[in-house]
Amino acid sequence: MRRDDILRDVRSALRRTGGQPVGEVPAARLRVQPADVESRLRQFCAALESLAGKAHCAASCAEAFAYASKLLAGGTAVASNAPFLNTCGIISLPGVRTGRFEEAHLRSLCASADLGITSADYAIAETGTLVILSSAEEARMISLLPPVHLAILPSDRILTSLDELFSILPYPAEKTSSTVLITGPSRTADIEMTLIRKVHGPGEVHVVIVKT
Amino acid sequence: MSKRVSLFVTCIVDQLFPEIGMATVEVLERLGYTVDFPADQVCCGQPAFNTGYRRDAAKVACRCLEVLRNEEFVVVPSGSCASMMAHHFEELFAGRPELLAEARRLAPRVWEFSKFLLEVAQVEDVGARFDSVATFHDSCHGLRALKIKEGPRRLLANVKGLTLREMDAAEECCGFGGTFSVKFAGISGAMSRTKIESILRTGAATVVGVDASCLLQIRGALSRADLPVTAMHLAQVLASH
Amino acid sequence: MVMAEDLESRFRKTLADSDLQAAVYAGTGLLMQKRRAVVSPDVLPDYQELRDHARALKEHALANLDHYLEQFEGNVRAHGGKVVWCRDGDDVASFLVDLAREKNARLLVKSKSMTTEEIDLNEHLGRHGLEVVETDLGEFIVQLAKARPYHIVVPAMNMTRYDISDLFLRTLGVGPETVPENQTQIARAVLREKFLAADIGVSGANFLVADSGAVVLVTNEGNGRMSTTLPKVHVAIAGIEKIIPRAQDLPVFLKLLGRSATGQALTVYTSFLSGPRRPGEVDGPEEFYVVLLDNGRTRLLADESKRESLYCLRCGGCLNHCPVYRKIGGHNYPWVYSGPIGSVIGPLYRGLERDPWLPFASSLCGACAEVCPVKIDLPRLLLELRRDITDLKSRHGQEWQERSGFRAWAWVMKHPRIYEMLGKMGSFMLRPHASGHWLRRVPFVLNVGPLRAWLSERDLPPLPKRSFRELWRRRVKGRENHAAR
Repeated sequence: MRRDDILRDVRSALRRTGGQPVGEVPAARLRVQPADVESRLRQFCAALESLAGKAHCAASCAEAFAYASKLLAGGTAVASNAPFLNTCGIISLPGVRTGRFEEAHLRSLCASADLGITSADYAIAETGTLVILSSAEEARMISLLPPVHLAILPSDRILTSLDELFSILPYPAEKTSSTVLITGPSRTADIEMTLIRKVHGPGEVHVVIVKT
Repeated sequence: MSKRVSLFVTCIVDQLFPEIGMATVEVLERLGYTVDFPADQVCCGQPAFNTGYRRDAAKVACRCLEVLRNEEFVVVPSGSCASMMAHHFEELFAGRPELLAEARRLAPRVWEFSKFLLEVAQVEDVGARFDSVATFHDSCHGLRALKIKEGPRRLLANVKGLTLREMDAAEECCGFGGTFSVKFAGISGAMSRTKIESILRTGAATVVGVDASCLLQIRGALSRADLPVTAMHLAQVLASH
Repeated sequence: MVMAEDLESRFRKTLADSDLQAAVYAGTGLLMQKRRAVVSPDVLPDYQELRDHARALKEHALANLDHYLEQFEGNVRAHGGKVVWCRDGDDVASFLVDLAREKNARLLVKSKSMTTEEIDLNEHLGRHGLEVVETDLGEFIVQLAKARPYHIVVPAMNMTRYDISDLFLRTLGVGPETVPENQTQIARAVLREKFLAADIGVSGANFLVADSGAVVLVTNEGNGRMSTTLPKVHVAIAGIEKIIPRAQDLPVFLKLLGRSATGQALTVYTSFLSGPRRPGEVDGPEEFYVVLLDNGRTRLLADESKRESLYCLRCGGCLNHCPVYRKIGGHNYPWVYSGPIGSVIGPLYRGLERDPWLPFASSLCGACAEVCPVKIDLPRLLLELRRDITDLKSRHGQEWQERSGFRAWAWVMKHPRIYEMLGKMGSFMLRPHASGHWLRRVPFVLNVGPLRAWLSERDLPPLPKRSFRELWRRRVKGRENHAAR
């Protein structure tokens, strides 16, 4: 059995025996800097904008709704079933499809939609990152297939850094099969080191943060 | 602290650039040191070590240990040789406790020239004068093994008449690399030309370095390209007045 | 001093190609610059501490690899996935071929994976009638060009927009289109169809997280997400050394990887994938396999002095900073891994005898070690490989000229008077040919070996009339005479 052979070789290489406990594990290094919501918001917006993302601080859900409406501008969108989107009334926007779809149907909707609207479980201020856990409420492809991605989330979900994320979420695998960190629009520099956006993922990322 | 130092001149300086050795002596004497030259010295063994011939390198390094056994300060006008003695002798003598102990005893007594001036003699101004626009080449061993970066620049800043301009590729290897320079001559030559282009972009008339092997490469490349830029060792600049 | 003639002529050709030289120097130079900007003390004050910590984690993980591999496997299975242990490329290919057959799969989409290049996976699968499409833009281009990746992170660094335009016209029947943005949209359209139609998505893994049974993918384009979301089956292929102990260790590694590779604090997409879709999840693969590949890693693991070469995060930093890589480029390295890391793991994985010149093709400048996020001491490893290779050659009776040369050299270096005499002789022979200037040419009979190689590229100083030690003796004597008077 390959498994047994390889493990045996690993053990012999390390002069370890099966079931031998590990040596001392270096402590996990997580440094969480305290920061108030205002400064997190500022930092998040600056970080995202520096990557050609668009960040908008909304004073209310209504403002978030207005932003989405303007962005949609008569096009088509697919919205996830995230409760916060419901709170912001997104599903009532004309042109927005939402609900429980069969995967194939969702796929064809996302492949043809102009806009994908999701919420996010967290945002990371330091890097302008969205953290989205896949779930019944959040399908993966909504933030991936359409050319534009809009995320709407409340400000109390903004964390300062990756360190804080993994402090409060030490075992993402227990919650979901997929945790994605999205930091700005899709990009490449593969052709003559030229920075180009919108490769396979969305070419535009908009994040609206509603102050709670 | 005694004012006696021993010079480990290095084989390249001895055979190819004796003027660098003399300049080193002059600067040290100007600072009030008496310089000894243990006559049985030859080489630190680096060429063999770098090419994979550790046994041969060890034979040569052994002689080094003998020759320098009783010298309190060993001043070396070359970062690579100083680094060989201070860091790699231990690797050569790993399984030989007596020699290993000797190597460990030698390591802290080895001083690359600029480090000796700054850290032992504790001078930054040696009263030199050298009218030129110059640029400085950071030799790899000096830079990375011995952390030599600001030191020579501080010394040069106090040289009257000298204007120092930084080249964009100061930290890029000149391409010498010991036997690399002949085993992979084409690549080595290309690297030397990139270095020269960076030197030329500064408009400097002089390029200064702390490693004679780099100077061998750079001078050789400048000469081949028929360029009027002079390549000098820090000691030569500091010896000028 | 033996270097195969065709090797030398290949180098010469590359060095003479000024367009290529410019592209590689500029490309790597840009990556160096971007990295420097984001690891500087004012931007990332704990950079050095992070490096130490990352190294300590890798050291620990690899020193206890069996434990973590088992923990990883247990967690993958607990989340509904399967682990496939593979000795080498043949094992991986058989597994995938069987899987494809079982699933009636024809089309595979691939996210960038150097590990799969290492085992020539695409070729293997192609022979079994499977269509494998590279989806990372650079890899897509390289696949169309039927070439090897030029650089670990920027696979088509050597190609210009005009090369790509010609390529797309020839292979896709699209164009001519020379604007990079438009070329990218062409690729986006072509590959989107593939993503949507693919039966199996194959990825690599930047990290395998033991306490989560998770595969972490660090990408910028979105092809990693596409390949691992749309097809029904996801197969992640990774070397066993990719293991890290905990999800909580990721911040340290993620902070270093993007910065070292491309100067990004974080890449656009970081995916943390553990298993097929969970009940209730709408999309994502229905089946999840992690292939754990040995391919020589266990052998390397056993060599304690070389083990640290397994810590590599594949950031490409050492390539970018290597003055040799920046001159000869990725295609002059014999294997898929180029630059300093390639010069170490190539011989270690494939055998020292295969490309014995490779560890010598370095000036040992140390720039690589200075930037390695996990502090791999590449110069030390190169020096050890040089020692290992010369020992091997000695055992096989090869390169006796060089060996006896160094033996003689060592003898001379221990006899100062002989050394001095030889120096005088050399000076005597060469000085006449310098005629006041540096030495450029020597008579035919002297134009051999190292001297010839040296003179092929630069001049040599005319050996001075008096060596330093001779000048010193005169000086001492002069002073003695002076004092005596």
